[in-house]
Amino acid sequence: MNNKRPNTLRPAKLFRFWAVIAVIFGVFIFTLVPLAKSIRQGLDLQGGTHIVMQAEDTPENKVTPEAVTQVIAIMQKRINEMGLTEPIIQREGANRIIIELPGEKDPKKAIETIGKTAVLQFKDEDGNVALTGEDLKTAQEQMDSNSRNPVVALQFTDEGGKKFAKLTADNIGRKIGIYLDGKLLTDPVVNEEIDGGSAVITGQRSLEEAKNLAILLRSGALPVKVSVMEVRTVGPSLGQDSKDKSVMAFTIGLSLTVLFMLAMYRMAGFVADTALLVYVLILLGILSALKATLTLPSIAGVILSIGMAVDANILIFERFKEEIAAGKVLRLAVQAGFKRAFTTIFDANMTVIITSAILFFLGSGTVKGFAFTLGLGVAVSMFTAITVSRTLLMLLIDASWIHNPWWFGGKRGYDR
Amino acid sequence: MKNFDIVGHRKWWFCLSGLLVLIALICIIVKGFNFGIDFTGGTILDLKFAQPVTVAQVRTGLEQDGLQSSVIQLSGDTHEESGKEVIIRTRSLSSEEAQTITSHISAKVGKAEINRVETVGAVIGSEVTKNTILNVGLSFTILIIYMSIRFEHRIAFSAIAAIVHDIIVVLGVFALFHLEIDASFLAAILTVLGYSMNESVVIFDRIRENIHTHRRTDSFKVLANDSIRQTFRRSCYTLTTVLFCVASLYFFGGETTKNFALVMLVGFISGAYSSICVATSLWVTWHEHSRSRRNETPDKE
Repeated sequence: MNNKRPNTLRPAKLFRFWAVIAVIFGVFIFTLVPLAKSIRQGLDLQGGTHIVMQAEDTPENKVTPEAVTQVIAIMQKRINEMGLTEPIIQREGANRIIIELPGEKDPKKAIETIGKTAVLQFKDEDGNVALTGEDLKTAQEQMDSNSRNPVVALQFTDEGGKKFAKLTADNIGRKIGIYLDGKLLTDPVVNEEIDGGSAVITGQRSLEEAKNLAILLRSGALPVKVSVMEVRTVGPSLGQDSKDKSVMAFTIGLSLTVLFMLAMYRMAGFVADTALLVYVLILLGILSALKATLTLPSIAGVILSIGMAVDANILIFERFKEEIAAGKVLRLAVQAGFKRAFTTIFDANMTVIITSAILFFLGSGTVKGFAFTLGLGVAVSMFTAITVSRTLLMLLIDASWIHNPWWFGGKRGYDR
Repeated sequence: MKNFDIVGHRKWWFCLSGLLVLIALICIIVKGFNFGIDFTGGTILDLKFAQPVTVAQVRTGLEQDGLQSSVIQLSGDTHEESGKEVIIRTRSLSSEEAQTITSHISAKVGKAEINRVETVGAVIGSEVTKNTILNVGLSFTILIIYMSIRFEHRIAFSAIAAIVHDIIVVLGVFALFHLEIDASFLAAILTVLGYSMNESVVIFDRIRENIHTHRRTDSFKVLANDSIRQTFRRSCYTLTTVLFCVASLYFFGGETTKNFALVMLVGFISGAYSSICVATSLWVTWHEHSRSRRNETPDKE
């Protein structure tokens, strides 16, 4: 206390400190909601159907990587033609295919259309195959103008047209059968040779059914059989409910953490809270930029990471208090606190990052999202808790505004 | 905090933990686990009724389709044994069957709409089981290696023993209350693993540092006690903030992440306790044991 070195307030630095705080709070308040909304929502939040299919060997066709790629391409085509919004179709492992259909409440229809092998065959009465789906150029659903029944109009390729003309010519007065995946669709009696290169399939119950058949025929047959492994459907009301609850849990978790830090470390806690807001923005920004999908588990990861993010600050501030107790001045104590806590923070966070990484690389679908946000969150928070709070705290101390270590979580006293 | 002697009371900690593990194991053996469809395969049908219904009513509604022996639970807000949201767990159903059943229940019990239908094939179920074992095993191995490199193998194994204890406690709670174990359970368990390890790392990191500053005559017990004391407030504070977040997830978050949050709620508390009391005590005991063994033989040299 004998040291009478002038220790007066430096308004410029103090102003800069509060300006930075104001900017961070402003950005947080105005961008949090738009940023959160810009992240793609998973099916459990917006409702929809999640399907896992698997390509399987049959005696005729073995599953090969090319076949699976082809299956995905064909499925993609079918889904696009069904007119669903924002579908996702992706490969998982060697022979799994994951399909996500937001907003789709009726998985039955979707699975029927997407997963059908759709091998089309034209057979004569003796069962000889004359034409297949390969001979089709296109297929289109329409209302038959005479009978007012829905039909699928087929257009053959040149080659197919010739085959069809021959088939009809050879079978006048007899029946030909049109089969889809071995199931008889219709078996009309041939009255005369048809050489126009087109035909219709009748017997459709509705125009929609005709449309689905047309989609199947247009997109072609799947090279291998696929079967459904897993179907998860979430209704839109449950999705909305989950969304509301997630927002609630996030708000309460964040608020409690912020208040706790304020109560325990006062001004230093306020700085840590500011760093926490920066952290939340960066995390959401990265999720948005990476086009990650926000699901309930990944939101759980975000919320949990908030609690873990302040751990770095707690470690630093506790160190800082020890340094103050050991008689260091504020400035040096803060510097020492950051320096000495670093290895601890690094080693401690590594354990969470390691388990998250394992979970991310080996875990199944829903778990991946959680592991990703938690691991990313802990890594990002290590950065924000150290750099952002150090910059702000040093600025605050340089401003020479507060001299009582109590404001930094320490005991009451006066710092020169 | 003058009489801060955690390690000195280690017999109590070992007894307490031994008892906890024993009770948990009894619960697991007696009551078994309630594995969800992620492990067993099957269908979950989550229905929302217009009017509150009881489990018994829903069960009657399922008779027509021969599914009356399914697991039926109320979820969401419930009042005296009845509620609007019902979760039915059955054998694997096709989407078509699920809809037929819903319409049967609607007709018999009361108007219902489907909140959620999840069907998992048995093949996927057994894969999830395999995957879980692989994940936990790999995590243990890598963490032991990491801790052995950054610290020493005694610390690694002491910390891991504490974590095994935490996992058994969590499993015991789930067996006791017959809570469903699903795929996200694995994620929660691994997070508990990471957190418990994190707790241990902070304490052992302090021990590592104090080894250089303490007098050489200080025993491992003094070293450990001082280190625990120095990091104790941090442990409490971090546990508090983490529990704030997990508790808000449990009480206010989505229905499907409730059990997930519960694992972490129980696991984190157990993790903080076991890292502070059990891991350090084990480490000190191990050191004292190996030192006394060393003292017995090489004296003659």
